[in-house]
Amino acid sequence: MPIYNLKINGQSHSVEADQDTPLLWVLRDHLDMVGTKFGCGVGQCGACTIHVDDSATRSCLLKVSMVEDMEITTIEGLSKEGTHPVQQAWKEIDVPQCGYCQAGQIMSAVAFLKQNPKPDTSEIRDAMSGNICRCASYNRIEAAVALAATKTN
Amino acid sequence: MKDVITPSISRRSFIKTSALAGGGMLIGFNLFQACKPEVAPPVDISKLNFNDFNAFIKIADNGMVTIFSPNPEIGQGVKTSMPMLIAEELDVLWDRVIVAQGALDTKNFTRQVAGGSQSLRQGWEPLRQTGATARQMLINAAAAKWGVNPSECTTNNGVISNANGDTLGYGDVVKTAATLEIPENVTLKDPKDFKIIGKDIPNVDVEKIITGASLYGMDYKEEGMLYASVLRPPAFGQKLASCDDTEATVIDGVHSVVKFGDKIAVLAKDTWTAMKGKKALKASWTTDTQLESTEGIEKALTDLLNGNKFETLRADGNVKKAFAQADKVIERVYESPFLPHNCMEPMNFFAEVTSDRARLVGPIQTPAGTARRVARLLERDPEEVSVEMTRMGGGFGRRLYGDFALEAAEISKISQKPIKVVYSREDDMSAGIYRPAIKYKISASIKDGAITGYHLKEASVNSNMYGLIPNFFPAGAIENYQVDVANYNSKITTGAWRAPYTNFLSFAEQSFFDELAEVLEVDTIKLRLDLLQKVKGTTDERIQYSPERLENVIKVAVDKSGWGKAKSGVYQGFSAYYCHNTHVAEVAEVVLQNDAPVVKKVICVVDCGVVVNPLGAKNQIEGGVIDGVGHAMYGDFSFKEGVPQDQNFTTYRLIRANEAPLVETYFVDSDIAPTGLGEPTLPPAGGAVANAIKAAKGIRIYKQPFIKNMDTKAPLG
Repeated sequence: MPIYNLKINGQSHSVEADQDTPLLWVLRDHLDMVGTKFGCGVGQCGACTIHVDDSATRSCLLKVSMVEDMEITTIEGLSKEGTHPVQQAWKEIDVPQCGYCQAGQIMSAVAFLKQNPKPDTSEIRDAMSGNICRCASYNRIEAAVALAATKTN
Repeated sequence: MKDVITPSISRRSFIKTSALAGGGMLIGFNLFQACKPEVAPPVDISKLNFNDFNAFIKIADNGMVTIFSPNPEIGQGVKTSMPMLIAEELDVLWDRVIVAQGALDTKNFTRQVAGGSQSLRQGWEPLRQTGATARQMLINAAAAKWGVNPSECTTNNGVISNANGDTLGYGDVVKTAATLEIPENVTLKDPKDFKIIGKDIPNVDVEKIITGASLYGMDYKEEGMLYASVLRPPAFGQKLASCDDTEATVIDGVHSVVKFGDKIAVLAKDTWTAMKGKKALKASWTTDTQLESTEGIEKALTDLLNGNKFETLRADGNVKKAFAQADKVIERVYESPFLPHNCMEPMNFFAEVTSDRARLVGPIQTPAGTARRVARLLERDPEEVSVEMTRMGGGFGRRLYGDFALEAAEISKISQKPIKVVYSREDDMSAGIYRPAIKYKISASIKDGAITGYHLKEASVNSNMYGLIPNFFPAGAIENYQVDVANYNSKITTGAWRAPYTNFLSFAEQSFFDELAEVLEVDTIKLRLDLLQKVKGTTDERIQYSPERLENVIKVAVDKSGWGKAKSGVYQGFSAYYCHNTHVAEVAEVVLQNDAPVVKKVICVVDCGVVVNPLGAKNQIEGGVIDGVGHAMYGDFSFKEGVPQDQNFTTYRLIRANEAPLVETYFVDSDIAPTGLGEPTLPPAGGAVANAIKAAKGIRIYKQPFIKNMDTKAPLG
């Protein structure tokens, strides 16, 4: 099996995996970084959202062979001790219920606010519509993204 | 009003204490019911045995309180709200309380867990008693030290005072308190003195969740564990004929292939390889029975509604006579599809079955029942089987069923390996225990402008409404009232889905009342309030709801929503419902965009008794309402020749952020014991939206999902 050198959260990792293995499973099963969640495997739910070179990407659709030398950021690497303004906003609004989708939601929100630091409500709702929350904590997700926008600026 | 509780069980059998070796006091108790532990809690905090007690309170020398809660969170916030009840009566500051998860690696225990909507209701008294008992022991210890009567002592935020002005912190007296007799009678606080209950307390796990550190079943891993991906018959009713696993076994990383019953599991070193292995299996299936399609099931349900194979669950007066004498009879049929649960965390479970024991770990709401089923399946002594819970990525009813745990046990037994079964989303959606498809026929007789009779008929798949539902509104309000149920047996597995039966029945009845009001030319609110008047003072003990509480939420909703005064272009729909011991009224506001209805807002008024944690409670309410709107609008799931027609979110539509209405929540002030919130705000949502769509477009909807059925004609019987 080939070996891939990955840059994740500022650290180098070399993993032995089939070339078609999605990055999601490399993170979860090979590297024990389980904050990134499996939800659908087809890029529809957003639970596995990570950043590749600052862009929000579905790690379930990204083959490990495609991401060598790219800057990969997962929820574990977003900040030390949850201090990123988006994480703080999530905490302040008390967003989570079951919590399973929230890492993906946060990663989507962070990338979105980087592109659009002062979004209006409808831009937030559209931007976050790629991430399903089955507990339907959508009102709080929307409020938390709006709050985070005030913190990052 | 002081609430002196004299428990029916001896307090000595309900909690026990010990002095911790490392300092401090440990109190063992049970979160949901009093068991009768014969042992004392351990003196070593690392040796907590959740079999003797399922929860512990540690009060340290420095006064810090740690509550070891055994119940991993499923999403309803009980891991936060239940410890709040203890801390309130213990009388400590919340920031001096740590809620810790019981260790996962303990060996021989089975923990109890209650359904989401019942946890706070059942825990309300026992948990406060536990806190109050601990507080009294601390007071007794301080009083003994001072040589004063305990009744002269008071507490405030973890500090005990006496009449002389002396003070001692809880930490100062824990050593003595641990050795004292457990008091028999304790006084609970007057609700007006609550300092923690009723305050916004953030989810105790929020820090872990936002950093990706909270561990779910999907994240559970043990040394040497293999991942199992299971191929199941593609259609309900099919059986395995043969399977060629040649291409699967040659995949690098595939360990073995295990056949059990009509299923085949591929075991591999990681999840992806197991899933690849499964895809490489070449199985053929046999069909020795008629495979079912949605069309046929719908016809069967219609035939049941029009037939006479009913069981009567409640009959008041004489419905037949009322209908015969009526000036007018209104009859409507409401239809709903099967629905998958679609928890964000797909089903999964760990099992290690050895000659000594069967040890299972995973996301399950019913560990004790599942352990019994595993013991039966494996023909093992129940003592040898343990089922441990992990945090759960949603439940919605699906995780009441241990089918995936049984699969794990069987695969581990055959392979003699520790394994974890992992469902793909396709597995999760196609091997479901679905909300059954249901049809209701509701008829009302009208005589001299009044409703004289009400007849509700249910045709459902596999099982019918539970026994309390026929005693919900409008039972007791209409003289001649009857509820009949009939059943169609299907091979498609069905079960509980968030607010079972009422999740659809409420839509049917609340739409029906709206239409009745139209026919009678009375205001839809007045119709409900007039009916409720007739239930007041009822002596019928079967009636489940309180007419006063339902009336109150209706009136508050009218007020808060500005009912009837919506601005131009905004259309309101009303709904009010009782279930899970909670009374709810909702007003949905719909606007038209390109002639399509868009739900902008839902005003939700809730009487759930005392609101323990408003911050968490509102989260449940918002989620329940949006979930209700989402499934009513979009939830659609069908079968063709036994095969589920949707297998992933590529075709199955769940409500998303850009479609979610804003939920505006109001609580009714109450000092009545708290009731459930995980479910009861979902059922009224569909009816409120349907009635708003009627107001907006003049179209009545009789079938879910709404987006597909906005042009159906009234299916008059």
